[in-house]
This record gives sequence, structure tokens and C-alpha cells, in this order.
Amino acid sequence: MSAATEPVRFGLVVFPGSNCDTDAFQAVATFPGATARYLWHKDTGFDDIDAVILPGGFSYGDYLRCGAIARFSPIMDAVRGFAGDGGLVLGICNGFQILAEAGLLPGALIRNTCLTFVCRYVNLRVETTATPFTSACTPGERPRIVVKHNEGNYTADPETLARMKANDQIVLRYVDAAGEPTDAANPNGAVESIAGVCNEGRNVFGMMPHPENSVEDGLAGGTDGRCIFRSMIDHVLAARAAHGAGAGGDASRPAAAAGGAR
Amino acid sequence: MNVRVYVTPKQGILDPQGATVERALPALGFQGVKDVRIGRFIELTLDMPQGATPEAADALVDDMCKRLLANPIIEDYTYAIDEG
Repeated sequence: MSAATEPVRFGLVVFPGSNCDTDAFQAVATFPGATARYLWHKDTGFDDIDAVILPGGFSYGDYLRCGAIARFSPIMDAVRGFAGDGGLVLGICNGFQILAEAGLLPGALIRNTCLTFVCRYVNLRVETTATPFTSACTPGERPRIVVKHNEGNYTADPETLARMKANDQIVLRYVDAAGEPTDAANPNGAVESIAGVCNEGRNVFGMMPHPENSVEDGLAGGTDGRCIFRSMIDHVLAARAAHGAGAGGDASRPAAAAGGAR
Repeated sequence: MNVRVYVTPKQGILDPQGATVERALPALGFQGVKDVRIGRFIELTLDMPQGATPEAADALVDDMCKRLLANPIIEDYTYAIDEG
């Protein structure tokens, strides 16, 4: 088997209270070129993983603040090291909250402005395809997928926001049917309708909506979430090809910003 | 020693709960209410080694706040430490 045909290996971190881990596992399994395996929060390391997903849920009961306890799980040191080496890390919903608490992503997620749990479809707009998580999307693409959260209200101070804009780190926004980021289309009060952001290195990405629930035709969720996983798989395969080496493993570790060039 | 930690949303950070309560109070007839901020109150008992200085306890509590009890991106904190 050449590196190009070896499956892309996803690791799904399971915390006590994760509840979207199985959905993410099933989502990955719908891609013929990908495999998934669970990583336990008490693990102190992992090998043979091309991309890590922190799934949604209520890790540690959301005690204190969402993600505040999970960020100190033993596996988070390994995730931090993996991200530091340029590995792809996707945080969905509670996973996004954990990455923000861990300082791997800028800003924070606070209580929804409406003070209620929000569970509904939202229209998103892909603000940049220059990330390993959206490179398979078309610029301005508007995936329609679900949110389900109580603390999805993204916030960051003005200086941080300005820096993120300058670095093209705002990846997804909530928009209305016409594609405009109106207040009415914003499910949680997030500043500037932000639904997903990446780090400066572009290899860590957090989003509140759930792409893993929209991957299969014939099911209620549609297939609009596939572009996220497709992008990640394409990125890992492209990085392997670029490195030219036969082995997977480190050869598949992307150079941090390589995902944008498509 | 007994420690009381007060965590509040940072100035400039939206506080949806505070905003809702601020709207609710006038509806009940309480006029003149503004700047409602809703935070978190944490009590804990701290056993320090014999002879530890108040400064050592202060540094420890400050570190707890920074690393776990508050998220400095969105929250401010203050604390009070009582001997005994």
C-alpha cells in the first residue's frame, strides 16, 4: 500500500460526558479513505493518528465552565503536542469550548444570549477556504447543519478579534437564507456571528455546529457537513504526497499552513 | 484559612444573565438598577503549612484563580482570605 492509499487515521477523544463521540466515529466511517478510533481522556499519548477530533457533549458535566476541567485531562498534553507539531485538531461544540479553555484557540464561549439551550438548523457561510478544514468547500459555501448548545456565544476582546481578522482566522459565520450575518440568524449572540475559528497556525479549528450529524444521504441531516471531513482527509493525503515518503506517521504531519493551497 | 473567591464577567464582555435580570428588576418596580453582572462565588478552606506567610497563601489562591477558577479571557476575580 502506498502512503496515498493508506487510510487517514482519525482519533476521537472521549471525555467523561462526551456524547457526540459515536456520531463523529460514524461520520468518519462514511469516508472510504478514513478510519477512526477512540482515544481515552486518561491516555497520556497516542501514535499513528493523522487528525484528532474533540467531539461534542458535556465533558465533566460542564462544571465550573464548559471545557474548564476537560482541558486538564491527561490526553490534552498529548493533543497540545500534536497541535504544536502541526497535526490537525478539530473541536466540535464542547470540543471547541475545550480548545478555547486550553488556549489552543483564541476567545471563549459564553452563555447564549437567549439564556436557553438552542437546538436547530443554522445556515453557515464559509468565510475562508484557506484552512485544512474548509479547503474542500467552495468560497462562500453555505452549509446548513445543526447547533445544539447552551454556551455557544463566541466572544473575544477587540484586539484579539482584529488580529484574527488580519490573519483570516474567522472560518464560519451564521447567516440568513440570503447569506447575510444578521442578528436574527445568529442563534446564540456570538460576536460578529462567529460560528468557527482557527488558530494562527491554521491546524486547530473549533466550530459550534455539528458537521458529524450531516454526512449521509437519506438521513435527516443531509450531507452539508461532509466538506469539513473531506477537507481534512484531502489535507492529510496532500501532505503525505508532498512529503513523498512511503510511511504514514510523521510523513503525514502537515506543515502548519499547507492546507490553504488548493 | 477560609477563602472566598468572587468571579465576575469582565467589563466589556457581554453578560446575558446580568442583562436579563437588569430588565426584569424594573418590571417588578425596582427603579434605578443598572450594571447588573452575574458571576460566581466560590468558598474553600485552605490548609497551609505551619509558619506559611500570608503572602504564600495569597500567591496560591491567585494561581488557582488564574489557572482554573476563572477564565481570564472573559472573567475578573477578587478574593478574600480569612485567617483561622
